[in-house]
Amino acid sequence: MVSSLIGCNMYDVVVIGAGPAGANAAIDAHDHGLRVLLIDEGRDAGGQVWRPKSGSILKASVTSIERKGNQLREHLQKSEVKRKFETRVWHIEKSDNGGWIVGLSGPDDEKQVTSRTVIIATGAQERIIPVNGWTLPGVLGLAGSTALMKENLLPPHGRSIVAGTGPLVFYVASEIQRLGGNVTAISTLNSKLDWCKALPSMILKPRLLFQGLCWVLSLYLKRIPIFWRTGIITIEGENAVEGVTITKVDKDWAPKKDHQRYIPCESVCYGQGLLPEISASRLTGADHYYDEKLGGWVPTIDDLGRTSEKGIYACGDNAGILGVTVAPISGKRAAQAVIEDLKGENPGAGQSNLKMMQKFGRAMTVLNIPRSGLIKFIDDETEICRCEGITKRDIDHEIAHGAQSHNAVKSGTRCGMGPCGGRFCMDTVAMLTAHHTSKTREEIGLPTARPPLRPVILDTLSGDLDYDDLPIPGVSPL
Amino acid sequence: MNVIFDIAVIGGGIMGCGAALRLSEGGMNTVVLEQGDIGQGASGVNAGTLSMQIKRVKLMPYAIKGHEMWEKMGDQVGFHRTGGYTLAFNDKEADLLHERMSMKKEAGANIEFVSPDKIISSEPHLSKKIVAASYCPDDGYANSSLTGQYYRNRLRELDVSYIEKFGVTDILEHEEGWKICSGARTVVAKRILLAAGGWCKKLAAMIGADLPIRARINTVTVTERAPQLLSSILGHATGLLTMKQKENGTILIGGGWQGKGTPEQGRGQIDIKNLIPNLQLAKFVIPALANIRVIRSWTGFEANVPDFYPLAGKLANRDNAFILGCVRGGYTIGPYISKLMGDFILGRETEMPLFDPSRDIIEGRLI
Repeated sequence: MVSSLIGCNMYDVVVIGAGPAGANAAIDAHDHGLRVLLIDEGRDAGGQVWRPKSGSILKASVTSIERKGNQLREHLQKSEVKRKFETRVWHIEKSDNGGWIVGLSGPDDEKQVTSRTVIIATGAQERIIPVNGWTLPGVLGLAGSTALMKENLLPPHGRSIVAGTGPLVFYVASEIQRLGGNVTAISTLNSKLDWCKALPSMILKPRLLFQGLCWVLSLYLKRIPIFWRTGIITIEGENAVEGVTITKVDKDWAPKKDHQRYIPCESVCYGQGLLPEISASRLTGADHYYDEKLGGWVPTIDDLGRTSEKGIYACGDNAGILGVTVAPISGKRAAQAVIEDLKGENPGAGQSNLKMMQKFGRAMTVLNIPRSGLIKFIDDETEICRCEGITKRDIDHEIAHGAQSHNAVKSGTRCGMGPCGGRFCMDTVAMLTAHHTSKTREEIGLPTARPPLRPVILDTLSGDLDYDDLPIPGVSPL
Repeated sequence: MNVIFDIAVIGGGIMGCGAALRLSEGGMNTVVLEQGDIGQGASGVNAGTLSMQIKRVKLMPYAIKGHEMWEKMGDQVGFHRTGGYTLAFNDKEADLLHERMSMKKEAGANIEFVSPDKIISSEPHLSKKIVAASYCPDDGYANSSLTGQYYRNRLRELDVSYIEKFGVTDILEHEEGWKICSGARTVVAKRILLAAGGWCKKLAAMIGADLPIRARINTVTVTERAPQLLSSILGHATGLLTMKQKENGTILIGGGWQGKGTPEQGRGQIDIKNLIPNLQLAKFVIPALANIRVIRSWTGFEANVPDFYPLAGKLANRDNAFILGCVRGGYTIGPYISKLMGDFILGRETEMPLFDPSRDIIEGRLI
């Protein structure tokens, strides 16, 4: 029955996401005597960036990224923070007593918890601008390929093209080489000048700058060609990737059709940076705004991560793509806000270097900001919404017939109504709408936030029931 | 904008757009003012059920006319005539079903009672615990997501002006009639028609009319594409469940379980303590739903007044202000009653009587 589904556990803080931001927030809140529950979809803490190696891999050299993840996981073990892994949050709802109800789907029987506060640390998702052939087997997102390599030490198969924007292109290419894969070429929309402009901000974090230079240097030493100011215009292949056509771009990233080159390959790692994963914070009703320098839509937060909804906090990349250097500090600061708000104590802010790190993170995000010409990479027949098979032509048609907002495009075409909840197509749809209507991203808006945050098996929600116990309210009028 | 419109219709749902189309055909220079996008309120988020079995007895003639209009709109609105069952699972529900459906049948609906065995032979995935059932071959559904697209296209074809993202903040008397404000933007019209569903109460108050309008917050859920589990639409004797499987395989679950929020606060939210019994009831009726994934749950506002009859007529006894709303079964009836409303404003005789908002509105009978 319903009552048995409602957990009687009342936490002080539920932290959603056990990456560097969320795990640090949880540890600090716990250290200050708060009752904390840390939830993550993964097997263990670390998030995407510090994703743990599969348990079946016993011997392998430990990278510096992995070392940081291991430190976090050990720290968490010692702290005795209550954790639920392989658990998804499907719903967040204000409860009648001023706290929050969090709906869970995971291996244990607890399907709901209540908490006085919720820290949202859900991280980022990939931005992939769809081009012809992007749905072929053998095409991976840049961030998705890092997950494969971190967890299973598996590079993409065959000859790989690594393409897209920002630093991830170089990290992925150097990791593929390190793990014994074969990078055939790198194609980046960025110019060397873009990177020079980022340099002043990068110098603020010399170790990270050095790390980045090492990636690029390792590629140069292996004579892997880097095609600057180019993008993939088509991914070719019958049933799987057989090659890509790249093209030179102008300063707006519009393709120059007469400067094309075909490169045979078997796999493509491809992406245009990261978007804040805001579906959870939007579901709470918190205010959001659009800032391309932070990766797109982000919750409106104060210095410490308080959103406009009382009891809801945001930290890490979902509050703005500032990367892994900022995430742990922003997690600690969100914990500080919760401690202040619940206990009236001021634990003192960890603010060392925060400004510099933010500046560094922002400089990296700016490299990924899509420019206006990018839309010209998308063919009329290219599928924008994979779940529902909606092409650019369908979306353009809807906009030409008067759809002016994201919700209007969605309901007219079904774009974003499938199982992914619009995660993959959302940014492209908004980009196309902005292009055709000259409206701002804020005017175009986002589709209304609705639960479940991820598809969830109906039985998980409903449990068993006795028909006579159904709380059937009054009958409708005749 | 210096145009003086003959009429401003506030609310771009089925009611508002339907009336605007009729008014425009009748020669009035019409503008539709919509706070969001055309057809994205209750008109665009309801479960799309077109069932005679859930219509009120007195509204049956309107529902039959409305149903005919949906059928004509056809593919453009995703219309499907599937036939529909209403189910009872205990004796009390069976009595309720017999009483109600007999009255609806008398009112003109094509409803018959069928044996549980007969249902199971055509709908093999239903629970075997059905005690009694009724069937209407006319029942079906349309795709409410397409409401906005459909009406926007009609407005554009007929060259009817519409302004989206025009949330009305004030309505002022004006020498020409009315000045309607959305922040600093204004529209002047000789007449107004309020057709904004749950938002009508606030709008009516702007011109000094206090109407007893309330809003229900109905919950709807959609699943992923599932194997064929259902070919007809389903209802429940209490009215607390509707189900249909669409052509693409997704299953829509409704039934008027209540969410949270008010129209003034924006869109409503689902309430987990009502969503879960809604899904439990759905799973009870089709046990195979247990392993299907839920993709999305949402809410929409359904406005009503205490006697659960429409408000359709002059507002506050003025000759230049009108209201249309609170139609129980408004999705089915909307295209028809909005046409009647257009005729009324044009000074024509209406094919069926309207529902004067200045009547004594008393609490309706609940059985």
